[in-house]
Amino acid sequence: MSDLDRLSLHVPEPAVRPGGEPDFSNVKIPKAGSVPRPEVDVAPEEIRDLAYSIIRVLNRDGEAVGPWAGLLSDDELLAGLRHMMTLRAFDARMLMAQRQGKTSFYMQHLGEEAVSCAFRKALNKGDMNFPTYRQAGLLIADGYPMVEMMNQIFSNESDPLRGRQLPIMYSSKEHGFFTISGNLATQYVQAVGWAMASAIKRDTKIAAAWIGDGSTAESDFHSALVFASTYKAPVILNIVNNQWAISTFQGIARGGSGTFAARGLGFGIPALRVDGNDYLAVYAVAKWAAERARRNLGPTLIEYVTYRVGAHSTSDDPSAYRPKTESEAWPLGDPVLRLKKHLILRGAWSEERHAQAEAEILDEVIQAQKQAEGHGTLHAGGKPSVRDIFEGVYAEMPPHIRRQRQKAGY
Amino acid sequence: MARMTMIEAVRSAMDVSMERDDNVVVFGEDVGYFGGVFRCTQGLQAKYGKTRCFDTPISESGIVGTAIGMAAYGLKPCVEIQFADYMYPAYDQITQEAARIRYRSNGDFTCPIVLRMPTGGGIFGGQTHSQSPEALFTHVCGLKVVVPSNPYDAKGLLIASIEDPDPVMFLEPKRLYNGPFDGHHDRPVIPWSKHDLGEVPEGHYTIPIGKAEVRRRGSAVTVVAYGTMVHVALAAAEETGIDAEVIDLRSLLPLDLDTIVKSVEKTGRCVVVHEATLTSGFGGEVAALVQEHCFYHLEAPVVRVAGWDTPYPHAQEWDYFPGPARVGRALVEVMEA
Repeated sequence: MSDLDRLSLHVPEPAVRPGGEPDFSNVKIPKAGSVPRPEVDVAPEEIRDLAYSIIRVLNRDGEAVGPWAGLLSDDELLAGLRHMMTLRAFDARMLMAQRQGKTSFYMQHLGEEAVSCAFRKALNKGDMNFPTYRQAGLLIADGYPMVEMMNQIFSNESDPLRGRQLPIMYSSKEHGFFTISGNLATQYVQAVGWAMASAIKRDTKIAAAWIGDGSTAESDFHSALVFASTYKAPVILNIVNNQWAISTFQGIARGGSGTFAARGLGFGIPALRVDGNDYLAVYAVAKWAAERARRNLGPTLIEYVTYRVGAHSTSDDPSAYRPKTESEAWPLGDPVLRLKKHLILRGAWSEERHAQAEAEILDEVIQAQKQAEGHGTLHAGGKPSVRDIFEGVYAEMPPHIRRQRQKAGY
Repeated sequence: MARMTMIEAVRSAMDVSMERDDNVVVFGEDVGYFGGVFRCTQGLQAKYGKTRCFDTPISESGIVGTAIGMAAYGLKPCVEIQFADYMYPAYDQITQEAARIRYRSNGDFTCPIVLRMPTGGGIFGGQTHSQSPEALFTHVCGLKVVVPSNPYDAKGLLIASIEDPDPVMFLEPKRLYNGPFDGHHDRPVIPWSKHDLGEVPEGHYTIPIGKAEVRRRGSAVTVVAYGTMVHVALAAAEETGIDAEVIDLRSLLPLDLDTIVKSVEKTGRCVVVHEATLTSGFGGEVAALVQEHCFYHLEAPVVRVAGWDTPYPHAQEWDYFPGPARVGRALVEVMEA
């Protein structure tokens, strides 16, 4: 007893704080093309290493290399680039609209565009995503009209959600996009349930669950892994590790597990880490997981290693908790620039065409915004009815809500 | 007509629903092979296969969360929470998810799920097997809350709940599973087979959610009760000789306010009874509605009889449980006021 020190509590800290030099020396980046591509029916215990490495396709020079390369044509990659550029332009305009008071709140994807845009391409029509608030690329890449997204953001008279939901909490069954809660982690286990239902009905559809690094600490994350593991649900369990949960660095949620992907190992779920800023790698890994699910081989856990370049939301100021230049030091680069470089190298793209596409896309976004603003913005023009407060709580309005609606004057 | 216990009636409701609709699935802790700790799902796995009736990990948020996802797909999950006391880990999924999916998506997605859960005391279950958390559900917009008091209603209401397009919290008073318990714990249990409401049709029928039933006509005082307390109130009326009108709410949300108002306008007096703790209990809501709607008909203040504002004790169960003596005293009090 006497030779033991008193106990002390370990509280993890990020490598640097504001004022310090950004330091990502702890993020070990394997060479592009160096991680093997196993068969989809591999035994999970044979690929435990993949939970600790990072699958990358695009190298520093913009070449696509290694066993995960070669899946997409020039046209498919050009479409992917356009989706990411559209999402980026959309974000920039909506951030500005929020600052102009046209909406109350916005959340952007800057630096994370490849994750949702490339993932969508790995799914089929009829599959279902259970997204968080930072996967709008799933909608953009599936052709959901931007004007509908903006109508929702502006809570205007054409808002498909009738003014009831916080901006960007979209819902579109038709586009395989489950209604965003705004609550954290709850959707993860719901995705597993949806996938179980598809298996119960002997269907061919699969589900995709989405969560951020910070929210993996919620109990629903662990419930989801238990259920997915037990019933071998046809679900892809996505973790977007963008390093920051508002002001909390990822080490607080990750604890001693090494990586977020490694959380899957104890459940016997194949777990892969992928370069989240590499469109080709994200697609290749998502496709691998989708094939596993569709062949009834069960769930796959994927950790996308990326970086949240912008603030958490318009209510956040990251300079208060991390160095301002940290995003520039992020070793996995910018997903748009990396795919652009690759396409130029392939001879399928050029600086001129890129600049031209940027201008076209900006014009499309502005046109959509004009159209949406014609239906009103949060504090001006057309808005949803006060009646919409009372509708839709139940399929059929019960008497007590009807009395309250009458009291409100509607 | 068959004679059924409330357990058999609940099982029959699931059986009929699973037979009629392939999308109805039943799952929860111990509900598969074993048939549930109260035996409510006995035989369903053998009859419908283990992809339609199965055991789950001990994870209520997982049970309810997966049920929500299944409902979004198009199934109609009827899941069991082993005791109502165990629903708390799922409370986030129930209140912020199930209850709001229709609203927040403007009907793009819906959540037709049923959560069955044994509720209430009277079985020496102590603080974690005796609670009555109905007010934690009635405070949540988007949920429906049903509490049957007999086998006939239990079956008709459960089928209606499974067929309902919105999430229903179905609280089964566990002390009523085997007979109409009136609070006289020192007397032998009368089985449902000797009670009119133990007569249950074998096939499909529904009882509409949101409709109360008057169990005893009377002119002196209105007693508003649900679940086990319906039988306690009936006993209290007989034993005091007070001509009480006993209303069995059956559904708390939506509430059949018309039946309550009509009765209180006639009697001018009202006693509200529940097992759950008093403060912020459902009785407070009923009392408020009665004074809002019947103030000029009232001859006396509304009286509430409820569980004490303490955790549910073990050894002192019968000092905690609001039995016929306590309800009887309230009847006398409201008559003498």
